[in-house]
Amino acid sequence: MSTLSTASIPSPDTDIDVWLSQQTDKSLLRFLTCGSVDDGKSTLIGRLLYDSQLILDDQLASLKNDSRNRHVGDEGIDFSLLVDGLVAEREQGITIDVAYRFFSTDKRKFIVADTPGHEQYTRNMATGASNADLALLLVDARKGLLTQTRRHSFILSLIGVKHVVLVINKIDLVDYSEEVFAQIEADYLEFAKDLGFKSFAAVPVSALRGDNIVEPSTRTPWFKGQPLLPYLENIIVDEDKSQALFRFPVQWVNRPNLDFRGFSGTVASGVARVGDEILVAASKKPAKIASIVTMDGDLEQAVAGQAVTLVLDREIDVSRGDVLTHSGQTPDFSNQFQAEIVWMADEPAYPGRSYLLKLGTQMVPATITDLKHKTNVNTLEKSAAKRLDLNEVGTITIATDKPIAFDPYKDNGTTGGFILIDRIHNLTLGAGTVTYGLQRAKNLSYQSFDVNREARSRLNGHEAQIIWFTGLSGSGKSTVANLIEKRLVAEGKHAYILDGDNVRHGLNKDLGFTEAARVENIRRVAEVARLMADAGLIVLVSFISPFRNERRLAREIAGDIKFLEAYVDTPIEVCEARDPKGLYAKARRGEITNFTGIDSPFEAPERADLVLHGATATPEDMAEELYRRLGL
Amino acid sequence: MSPSSASLTHLARLEAESIEIFREVAASFERPVMMYSIGKDSSVLLHLARKAFYPSRIPFPLLHIDTTWKFGEMIAFRDKMAEDFGFELRVHTNPDGVANNVNPFDHGSSRYTDIMKTQALRQALGAGKYDAAIGGARRDEEKSRAKERIFSHRNANHAWDPKNQRPELWRVYNTRLAPGESMRVFPLSNWTELDIWTYIYSEQIPIVPLYFAKPRPVVERSGTMIMVDDERFRLEDGETPREEIVRFRTLGCYPLTGAIPSNAATLPEIIMEMQASRTSEREGRLIDSDQAGSMEKKKQEGYF
Repeated sequence: MSTLSTASIPSPDTDIDVWLSQQTDKSLLRFLTCGSVDDGKSTLIGRLLYDSQLILDDQLASLKNDSRNRHVGDEGIDFSLLVDGLVAEREQGITIDVAYRFFSTDKRKFIVADTPGHEQYTRNMATGASNADLALLLVDARKGLLTQTRRHSFILSLIGVKHVVLVINKIDLVDYSEEVFAQIEADYLEFAKDLGFKSFAAVPVSALRGDNIVEPSTRTPWFKGQPLLPYLENIIVDEDKSQALFRFPVQWVNRPNLDFRGFSGTVASGVARVGDEILVAASKKPAKIASIVTMDGDLEQAVAGQAVTLVLDREIDVSRGDVLTHSGQTPDFSNQFQAEIVWMADEPAYPGRSYLLKLGTQMVPATITDLKHKTNVNTLEKSAAKRLDLNEVGTITIATDKPIAFDPYKDNGTTGGFILIDRIHNLTLGAGTVTYGLQRAKNLSYQSFDVNREARSRLNGHEAQIIWFTGLSGSGKSTVANLIEKRLVAEGKHAYILDGDNVRHGLNKDLGFTEAARVENIRRVAEVARLMADAGLIVLVSFISPFRNERRLAREIAGDIKFLEAYVDTPIEVCEARDPKGLYAKARRGEITNFTGIDSPFEAPERADLVLHGATATPEDMAEELYRRLGL
Repeated sequence: MSPSSASLTHLARLEAESIEIFREVAASFERPVMMYSIGKDSSVLLHLARKAFYPSRIPFPLLHIDTTWKFGEMIAFRDKMAEDFGFELRVHTNPDGVANNVNPFDHGSSRYTDIMKTQALRQALGAGKYDAAIGGARRDEEKSRAKERIFSHRNANHAWDPKNQRPELWRVYNTRLAPGESMRVFPLSNWTELDIWTYIYSEQIPIVPLYFAKPRPVVERSGTMIMVDDERFRLEDGETPREEIVRFRTLGCYPLTGAIPSNAATLPEIIMEMQASRTSEREGRLIDSDQAGSMEKKKQEGYF
């Protein structure tokens, strides 16, 4: 075959020890393939596996069998069959998830993330890109650059893949035309000039026929670059992360006995040496590295990528989630930053919603405080948005419940990349990259005053608290709230009702009834309730508040203020029969939309503090039951 | 020497990635367990777990699903490892299967496997209330495995939903679970069979001697050489085991595991032979060849 020794098969006279040390000393390249649906990604990967002789005899036999009636190359094989894994995918003939493939040559081991082309799978592509150093971007020579080419390039740039190979495939179908190749290459370079890629190459190939995969094709004598596989074998992609600032996210506290306390983790960047002065990013407590422990013996130093256990020279408070750094080189430590986010869930992202944020080994509750704009992944145009849907990309600001240590993603992928997790269903909702920390968070602290809530409570003679009613329209929330308020005021207590309708006439009159507006509606009311309770009042909030996430948010905004969630559980048939404001009738006639219970969901509380049964109990009974729970 | 992360070899990177995964499990779950199947991948898994937590002991138990039909040498090796390395070993056998004398001869490989492996596993995971089960599966083994996450979510019935997997970004693993749900975790996801062998070689990791060729008593069944490991093996009329120099590329229940003729008696010889041979690894296991997509189906049902 070629001079390139693609297959890792030792010949009989090879010195086995030499060969083995060659195998163990290989470098690693992780790349992803992307491009439009019919550009031939699976065929290309199948071809790479085939040409590096990684297809085994039994696989080859079943492959030839499966390839009948399909589009095959000179070898009689449909290479795409090698990689389209899931049964559902084979039936539909498309790749719907990220699949990982492995092959190696004598120089390198390759891990390939094969990602889908359709727009609805942007999230899968972002996933594949997150662990890749290089991207093969496929283009059909007959079609040139497509919308997908642009979208994928943008996502590569967003996730920070720095090395791109433009694989101009199906070059055989344009008669191996140099002009076609040169035009596509030029078009792409013009398009990608601002995307920040560090290396770029264009290669004319036919994945089906094997042109310019392993060896230079005689059918493209005009092409002076390297064929694809040699290019992948030789490109240097490792940014030397050991040259970056030292970051060590603590994963696990290693404490086998009272005499040993170490901090286990992977060096994210930089170098740690025995004797180095380090700081805990959160507490700024200093210490020195006393030893770097591994099962293979202590090390003098640990570089980025190594998983080790650090022992410090003194007892300082360090736990999982802490980031160890060198002094004078600490990361941002604050609770607000701006980020780009790829949304990956069916449920949209709304500003004001509370999520769990995981960054490195830190996990904290966090809120999207602002959605600045979303970016059209096809045109790169930015536009205002109230929410982000599946596969959309947006620029957001995030506030975390407590400060965390982070770096801009462009400086450090490990301490700058994060995911958002749904707090109820635990789904991974989005992938974010920190753009920069927001300075104001560091400088703006809460002013504390001498007259606090406790002082006001003493003055009022009762504890301030928030009673949050939830339930359908017409369930009886306001009736019960009204009874309670009358009774409290009669007893000389300071109470106030925040009513959904009333607040919408004033504070929230700019808000409609879309999901996004409802989220903001509740956020504002929760903040007002908190302020009122802080002023010493018993606050009765009577809002439909149909979404669990917002009720949870309201509880979190309340902080340490006593918070009681009262669910007035009245079946919709009963509410609709009552219909005190005639709203159900209107909703049924289609005159109002987004009406809870009709065409907008009500998520019943799973753990309300109190459930009142509005169909069977009288308002007076419900008010009495609630009053007893207030503990006044 | 100027330190450089670029100089880390692919094995060093794979090792570090696996160690990181182990630590993430220990830090994020309340009741993790590691599946220990005694094969070469389990040996690598055990070695990596020891490295991940050193000098601590492995902070979770190892679970072996004993079908009662494993090779005798596997059981001996398992017990020696537990003693040498001081980990907590838990062994589970499906008591219903034992009561009904379920075996590969009378019940066929697929029913036997379902009762003694899949169901036994579900019983053990349920009884142990494990919220994370670490396994040695690799993505290069089989097409449906190629798409599985490193942290792979299971619903309360231990089932996998391949179309609804959580996206897995960078090395930021979503370890959150609802009550009753669990996670399967695969630290060897990015290893290939060759990586496993070269790592065993360079780290001198102990493996079951069945991987090395030596004369063993075998009979031939539908073109596959089966080792007669104990007196329970049902010989057909007039059948006598013959001595052949064989070894095993994969280990499981001895009546279902094919031996290959081989003279490879050392690690380098095994690796040489493997590289020169042209048959994929799971070919020796009978359970995969039933139907297209059979592994994917088994996984949806809770098989590892």
